[in-house]
Amino acid sequence: MTTEAAIRVQGIEKSFKDLHVLRGVDFEVKAGSIFALLGSNGAGKTTLVRILSTLAKADAGTAIVNGLDVAANPGEVREAISLTGQFAAVDEVLTGRENLVLIARLRHLKNPGAIADDLLARFSLTEAGGRKAGTYSGGMRRRLDIAMSLIGNPPIIFLDEPTTGLDPQARIEVWQTVKKLAEAGTTVLLTTQYLDEAEQLADRIAILHKGTIIQNGTLSELKRLLPAATVEYVEKQPTLEEVFLTLVGDTGETETDEAGRTDSAATAGKESR
Amino acid sequence: MTTHVLSDTRILTGRSLTHILRSPDTIITTAVTPIALMLLFVYVLGGAINTGSDESYINYMLPGILLITIASGIAYTAYRLFLDLQGGIFERFQSMPIARSSVLWAHVLTSVVSNLVSVAIVIGVALIMGFRTGASVGAWLAVAGILALFTLALTWLAVVAGLSAKTVDGASAFSYPLIFLPFISSAFVPTDTMPAPVAWFAENQPVTSIVNSTRALFAGEPVGSEIWVALAWLVGILVVAYVWAMSIYRRKIS
Repeated sequence: MTTEAAIRVQGIEKSFKDLHVLRGVDFEVKAGSIFALLGSNGAGKTTLVRILSTLAKADAGTAIVNGLDVAANPGEVREAISLTGQFAAVDEVLTGRENLVLIARLRHLKNPGAIADDLLARFSLTEAGGRKAGTYSGGMRRRLDIAMSLIGNPPIIFLDEPTTGLDPQARIEVWQTVKKLAEAGTTVLLTTQYLDEAEQLADRIAILHKGTIIQNGTLSELKRLLPAATVEYVEKQPTLEEVFLTLVGDTGETETDEAGRTDSAATAGKESR
Repeated sequence: MTTHVLSDTRILTGRSLTHILRSPDTIITTAVTPIALMLLFVYVLGGAINTGSDESYINYMLPGILLITIASGIAYTAYRLFLDLQGGIFERFQSMPIARSSVLWAHVLTSVVSNLVSVAIVIGVALIMGFRTGASVGAWLAVAGILALFTLALTWLAVVAGLSAKTVDGASAFSYPLIFLPFISSAFVPTDTMPAPVAWFAENQPVTSIVNSTRALFAGEPVGSEIWVALAWLVGILVVAYVWAMSIYRRKIS
């Protein structure tokens, strides 16, 4: 049972002065699954991710990541995780390729250049690889950001609001990347404020509200909490998103080529050792 | 993990040196103001200043100009550190298995390299303007050592500013008083021409002893006890700034 859980959080509390951001959070994430933390702005999602990724210390409670206590063994936890924060953490002055090489070298991997080229290809950034990351579109920056997180094949990845601020196509691209990641065995903990994102991606969804998990289950379990479905006849109008996506093509990115991005994106880290 | 301190620092220093190579204007703008001051003082004001020595005025004031160069150059370190913190790349580094101190040391070493380049540019212009020195190789090395120590000490102050700033402007504004300090020292005029309280301040602030030592080294004269005062100031500021920066850094990352 304990070997199954990639992340175990028990009674985590965190306050900033008088503000109790987390008031006793408990949950477990099964290895190889996608776990979504759903919550509105200010619910404490980012604080929780910062604690799990060793950037902040909890006031109380324990967090075990990959079998290691984050407070006691932060150094070893860092070996096992990767964080993709709320703002794309890329170096804007360096090129896309240089960003990837930098991370590969900091992880002390052999052949950083080959790892970078491989990831550029998987994320359809090969053509843009020689350009400064500062010139990238939001979607490209996020792809580069996630590619940087895959370097070194960490078994656990934290994605803090990975699609906030992205256009619909870029959002779908990120979703596909995340799905492939989990299929390849990576444990993904993502936070989101978009209900459809949790619905699309997550094996389990936990709702973080006012500093505690108020509900935790699979999508169908959560749906069962509400009264049984009633049948109504509603004329099906296309949503604006559907119209938009049909008009511009489902995952059409104008600046880069399409081939092979989504199939291979998620396995990137697995092979880059 | 700590076994990687050196290689991590080297890799991250390479990164910030690349930033400088891609925007060489940071070195140029660092050198432009001191060069302008040098032109102003040598060709406009210098003729009316009696330094009480036979040295040419440019020989007299170059050490102070070099300190101004460094004091304005270190502001870029605070600026770059602040941008790292804001952009999220700092957090990425902190969540990775890399040596914690190497993130700061990379910025500090980059500052030393870029400031010494700016200083070299300013010395080059000074040579064109008639600066002459009979300094031996040993004296040159001593000057380089003093300037490197001065850069290190002020850069750690810049790290304090970069780590604690709330805005980009705040990150670089701290250097203005540092740039001004050489004016109230023996850098441009002898301190004995100043009113007593000002002279007292000028004689007991760090810049005067550093300027006098550097001037003596360039002139090939004995530095006397002044060098020990200068070194005490430099090491003292360095230690205080380093400890201060590290304590802010530790609070920031835990």
